[in-house]
Amino acid sequence: MSEALTLHQTIFALVTSLLTFAFVLELVRRRRLREEYSWLWLLASGIMVLLVVWFRLLVVLTHLVGAVTPINTLLLFAVLFLFAICVHYSVIVSRLTSQVKTLAQELALVSARLEERADR
Amino acid sequence: MKPLVLIPAFNEGARIGGVLSGVRAAVPDATVLVVDDGSSDATAAVARAAGARLVRLPFNLGAGVAAQTGYKFAVRERYDCVVQLDADGQHEPADIPGLLAVIARGEADVAIGSRFLGDAGYRPGLLRRAGMGLFRWLVWLLTGVRFSDVTSGFRAFSGDVIRFVATEWYPTDYADADVLITLRRAGYRLREVPVRMYPRAGGRSMHAGLRPVYYVFKMLLSIALAPLRREPAARKGIRI
Repeated sequence: MSEALTLHQTIFALVTSLLTFAFVLELVRRRRLREEYSWLWLLASGIMVLLVVWFRLLVVLTHLVGAVTPINTLLLFAVLFLFAICVHYSVIVSRLTSQVKTLAQELALVSARLEERADR
Repeated sequence: MKPLVLIPAFNEGARIGGVLSGVRAAVPDATVLVVDDGSSDATAAVARAAGARLVRLPFNLGAGVAAQTGYKFAVRERYDCVVQLDADGQHEPADIPGLLAVIARGEADVAIGSRFLGDAGYRPGLLRRAGMGLFRWLVWLLTGVRFSDVTSGFRAFSGDVIRFVATEWYPTDYADADVLITLRRAGYRLREVPVRMYPRAGGRSMHAGLRPVYYVFKMLLSIALAPLRREPAARKGIRI
């Protein structure tokens, strides 16, 4: 039932996930991406590599989710990871919004105090 | 009692001058604070010329955030009562003493100006009336209390309440009805007071466009999540 990945598919999946993994690592190394935002990407590409290399795990997962072919399972997991990353970002954006709000209020209150002092 | 009159303002340069002189006439001894929510017009200059104290947000953050900036100001400068009104002239400054009196006598922790109590003479259009009816019903569902005017931004807070609304519990993203619900849930005593309100003299209402739709969505979400949400800190002993 579950056909093996063709060599073609395996190579492509492996290369893209490894490239993603390396790219994210490089961004972190150059301090263009903070560690706290990198872990989900690293996890996602790492698991993709694992699934491609460890084919039996992919077959087990394919049966578990009821997918027809292993490549469908790979796609499904890719979509799930993207979804998780988007939600993760929404949470981060919410936190940043609230921090910016508090900072703007602080700045406004402090500069009002400074201005009043200067006027006196 | 040391009251602060709080007026959050966004691009109300043409209208805030009249409001400020009305406030001066109604409560000559009170400090007036204008929070300029990143206006690009003369709002700040008009406020300063009228002798109000002024806090300017660096960019526009919305009415709820501007109001909360005023509450934080009140906490830091140790005001024990804040009365808040709109900068666009919809609220009658002569009604400020009535709201303050409720707080001063300790009859309630929150006094809400209602345009529908008594003979206020306010007649909104059909669509607005329907919307207000819906919000009133939602607030009743959430709190079990029937308020006559759930979209009123004309209100006074006691010192306890000011310290509470200056914290992260205060719903800054969409105010009025949500404020009623939050304060009621936190255990404060709310009381409506009849006030006069007028239609806007011009400019743009913050209830324009799709915002009421978003408001209803947010209220419904709030109702759905109410039983699951952590309650705000207990009424007494809130520290910030």
